[in-house]
Amino acid sequence: MDYVPASDNDIKHILDTIGVSSVDCLLNMIPEKILRKPVDMPDGMSEHDAAKQLKKMACANHDIDRYPCFIGAGAYDHIVPAVVRSIAGRSEFATAYTPYQPEASQGTLQAIFEYQSMICELTGLAVSNASLYDGGSACAEAALMMINSARNKNRILVSQTLHPFYKAVIKTYLQNIDAQVVAVPAKNGVTDLDRLDGMIDDSTAGIIIQSPNFFGCIEDIKPVSEKIHRAGGLTAMVCNPISLGVLASPAECGADIAVGEGQPLGIDLSYGGPYFGFMATTKQLMRKMPGRIVGMTSDHHGSRCYVLTLQAREQHIRREKATSNICTNQALMALQGCIYMAWLGKNGLRQIATQNVIRAHYAQEQACSVKGVSLMYTAPFFNEFCLKIDTGAKPADIVAAMHDKHGLLGGIAIESMGSGMPDGLLVCVTEKRSREEIDLWVDALRKSI
Amino acid sequence: MYEKLIAELSSPGRNAFSLTAWNGEETSVGQYIPENLLRTEPAKLPEVSKIDIVRHFTRLSQKNFSIDTNFYPLGSCTMKYNPKINEETARLAGFAHTHPLQPASSVQGLLKLLYCMERSLSALCGMDAFTLQPAAGAHGELTGMMLIKAYHTKKGDGVSRTQVIVPDSSHGTNPSSAHLAGYEIITIPSDDRGMVDLDALKANLSSRTAAFMMTNPNTLGVFEKNILEVADMVHKAGALLYYDGANLNPLLGICRPGDMGFDVVHVNLHKTFSTPHGGGGPGSGPVGVKSILEPFLPIPRITKNNDTFLLNGYCPDSIGKVSAFYGNIGIIIRAYAYIIINGINGLTRVSELAVLNANYLMSRLAGSFNVPYKEGVMHEFVISLKKEAQTYGVRAMDVAKWLIDNDIHPPTVYFPLIVEEALMIEPTETETIDTLDEFIEHMMAVKDTMRGDPSLFHELPRTTEICRPDEVQAARNPILTWHDRN
Amino acid sequence: MRFPETLRYTPSHEWIEVTGKKARVGITDFAQKELGDIVFVELPEAGRTVKAQQACCVVESVKTASDIYSPVDGTITAVNADLDKKPELINEDCYAKGWIFEIELTNPAQIDNLLTAKSYSESYAT
Repeated sequence: MDYVPASDNDIKHILDTIGVSSVDCLLNMIPEKILRKPVDMPDGMSEHDAAKQLKKMACANHDIDRYPCFIGAGAYDHIVPAVVRSIAGRSEFATAYTPYQPEASQGTLQAIFEYQSMICELTGLAVSNASLYDGGSACAEAALMMINSARNKNRILVSQTLHPFYKAVIKTYLQNIDAQVVAVPAKNGVTDLDRLDGMIDDSTAGIIIQSPNFFGCIEDIKPVSEKIHRAGGLTAMVCNPISLGVLASPAECGADIAVGEGQPLGIDLSYGGPYFGFMATTKQLMRKMPGRIVGMTSDHHGSRCYVLTLQAREQHIRREKATSNICTNQALMALQGCIYMAWLGKNGLRQIATQNVIRAHYAQEQACSVKGVSLMYTAPFFNEFCLKIDTGAKPADIVAAMHDKHGLLGGIAIESMGSGMPDGLLVCVTEKRSREEIDLWVDALRKSI
Repeated sequence: MYEKLIAELSSPGRNAFSLTAWNGEETSVGQYIPENLLRTEPAKLPEVSKIDIVRHFTRLSQKNFSIDTNFYPLGSCTMKYNPKINEETARLAGFAHTHPLQPASSVQGLLKLLYCMERSLSALCGMDAFTLQPAAGAHGELTGMMLIKAYHTKKGDGVSRTQVIVPDSSHGTNPSSAHLAGYEIITIPSDDRGMVDLDALKANLSSRTAAFMMTNPNTLGVFEKNILEVADMVHKAGALLYYDGANLNPLLGICRPGDMGFDVVHVNLHKTFSTPHGGGGPGSGPVGVKSILEPFLPIPRITKNNDTFLLNGYCPDSIGKVSAFYGNIGIIIRAYAYIIINGINGLTRVSELAVLNANYLMSRLAGSFNVPYKEGVMHEFVISLKKEAQTYGVRAMDVAKWLIDNDIHPPTVYFPLIVEEALMIEPTETETIDTLDEFIEHMMAVKDTMRGDPSLFHELPRTTEICRPDEVQAARNPILTWHDRN
Repeated sequence: MRFPETLRYTPSHEWIEVTGKKARVGITDFAQKELGDIVFVELPEAGRTVKAQQACCVVESVKTASDIYSPVDGTITAVNADLDKKPELINEDCYAKGWIFEIELTNPAQIDNLLTAKSYSESYAT
């Protein structure tokens, strides 16, 4: 159990050198009444015994290797290639500190530089930061960034079709500052552009809009950006990075900021984290971007090298005037994303995105052949879609039955995520799902409604 | 020296990926999605083979210092050994391969672990309840500040209590997080022993104060011996006391923040609880509170009903969500493994040795270097090189580069701000006395070299992949992607 | 270090050079030396009205960022766009090519309350 290497002899030598008889002599500035109070916790155990206990806890969970996963909603079951886990797991990366000392951190710094470059390739935007905590906080940071970029604009429009958890995080982050969050209504599963017109005013700093959105529908972002830009505001587009293999990039959609959940890029589901949030923007907004940024430069011998740069934006220098309070990024997760993107390459990204479209549409068509099941919205979708259950069976019960009786994670009752719609079942199908699994799922759906 | 970018290894048509077989119909994207919503040009990700990827990133990894290869006496960062069992545990399929939205009934083992983790942290910190949701220390601070805001608002003081007080020795994230929670920041000076100046605190506490943020031991490594008076003064003013857990490592089993009078704490699992720093994350910054603040904790909360664990999203006074899901679960699992393996006896020993190792280093170095604040030092201490900078022109950063040249990651430099030319040294408990002795020898050699040929320092480091980078050019003409080259 | 007699100064290390109703503002030789290599200047918007001692732009070096305060009340009429491409002008020539903004004075009498070269250099530039 012991990670403390000091032997009794070592301790004696240390005490003699310091010139005290026991460690308690070094603790005498702690008021006695709060010193060494009993802690309600058992003593330790060997690594082996602990591993046994922990494995037991792990085995009590129904993992996606045994329960084929048709759940998405912000976390996606994609292939994670061995090369990603194996290289990102190297302890030279994992046990390194934040790269404040560039001469001792060129590996991490260059990997992040490459990550930034690939995020810019995906989004079509010019600048990326070194990553943020997750998709939710990335949305909140985008809202703050839009407010900080404009003088005297504090209104943030948030589409109703944004992931409800992201909406919740934005609300939390903005609740204590001078900001107004306004919901833009949805119609047929997508943002209602007619209603949007009347909502944009001089105080509108920007809009946060997601595509594919929470319901899986692909939004037409370009006209939204045009409307917002005419009023001097900004567009932050929340996107699924894998979808960018086939869908219009944020740059093509006229977005000023792209953010999203990086988990689809080779990160294990891990019950919700650690993931990473990505953020990219234009050159004009570069200095308003939160978080760390790596830049290329040369050393005094002229060799190519990398450093953390534009640091004057950050909290360790600006304190309360910083663009954000964020200190760390999710460096190791961004590294995984970087290796994953290199693994995919130009062709892989397009092919994997295409497979998501094909398999999800196959699943949707099969599901809709079941009596009482139809597609909730007609808008085009990527790898996720919302089913409407007309048989009176509750989606939560359907999900439970598919799990308990058929060994599947069959989808999500969207009502449970605070989106209304008691008859909605949200389903995701990625490139990982085989035709046999999909057929099994359709069969399970039929028997569970 | 290897200095290629992965993009420079790219060759058209080369692939590393493989897809799962599909024995359904091969339809096309155009059948389903209208053209105006599609991408016109593919994203130009590099086209490389598997062996290219493996060699490229392995070579990059070799350009790093890391705990597994180097000593890191990095003050305030607690760079201790990261047990391998942690990694194995987090990768178990039952943990790593679970979806955050799968039914609670199908993840009982995980929810139990999270619940036990909350209880363990509460016991260690002397708090009543914990949330594991914050993804990092700064995220925990923000969460904590929002809890404080929600508490005062509920009491009816939300509008009048507008200020948060921080000492001038605080971490930069403290004022930054408080500011994002809507607070005005009041910075107060430290006294001549490096501790909170009680008179200055008293002068600034008022009915407008929402909270006082501090860490104990403070950023000089010194235990604030007046902590009970501080807590009393803050509470009498109707304000709350916030604990920045960056320096929790010497206190496990020794003295609990809750007993000191703190109302809110955040802990850094990547410091005290041995999870890897990952080159700058992911960390984890759980937040603990006294019962008065429990109703405001982020949702969902993990609750236990007989032997069943649930995620409860209904907490009407909650500040809401701070993460999309429940936090950096993989990191929390690692830290939980560390806690149960050590147990309270092991954790107490961790803190005792953290104190002994730091005091050993200090007593050996204090003869040759100026340690401005010695009294009450726990797990870290600060050397000031002000005199050396004046006499020899050798600054803290130059000494840092000397150490890098000798395969040691340097201490934290230029922090805390109240010490000029600061080197902040935290050896941690996991280093052997031999490693500490080697470090001392290097520091003595630093002293000798200063006296001999101080100009040597400006050319350092020489043994690393690169010498000092041109940070001015990097900031004046930022090259932030491989497109920006040339 | 040089502190031209013809200019007036503030304790926060700005200089101001008055010509009729207008004035130019920059940072002092002492300030640029303290900051080190300037890497970026966030210029104020022309047309903006500012009060004396109000922060209106930011000068950044690699490891610090410093707010620049307007020495007087007024309206900003012009900014030094050369600093966008060459922020180092502040290091090279802080009193001429490294000026930051031009301001139309609302209350010219405020100038008399500012520091002279002598009092600034004795009390603040140390």
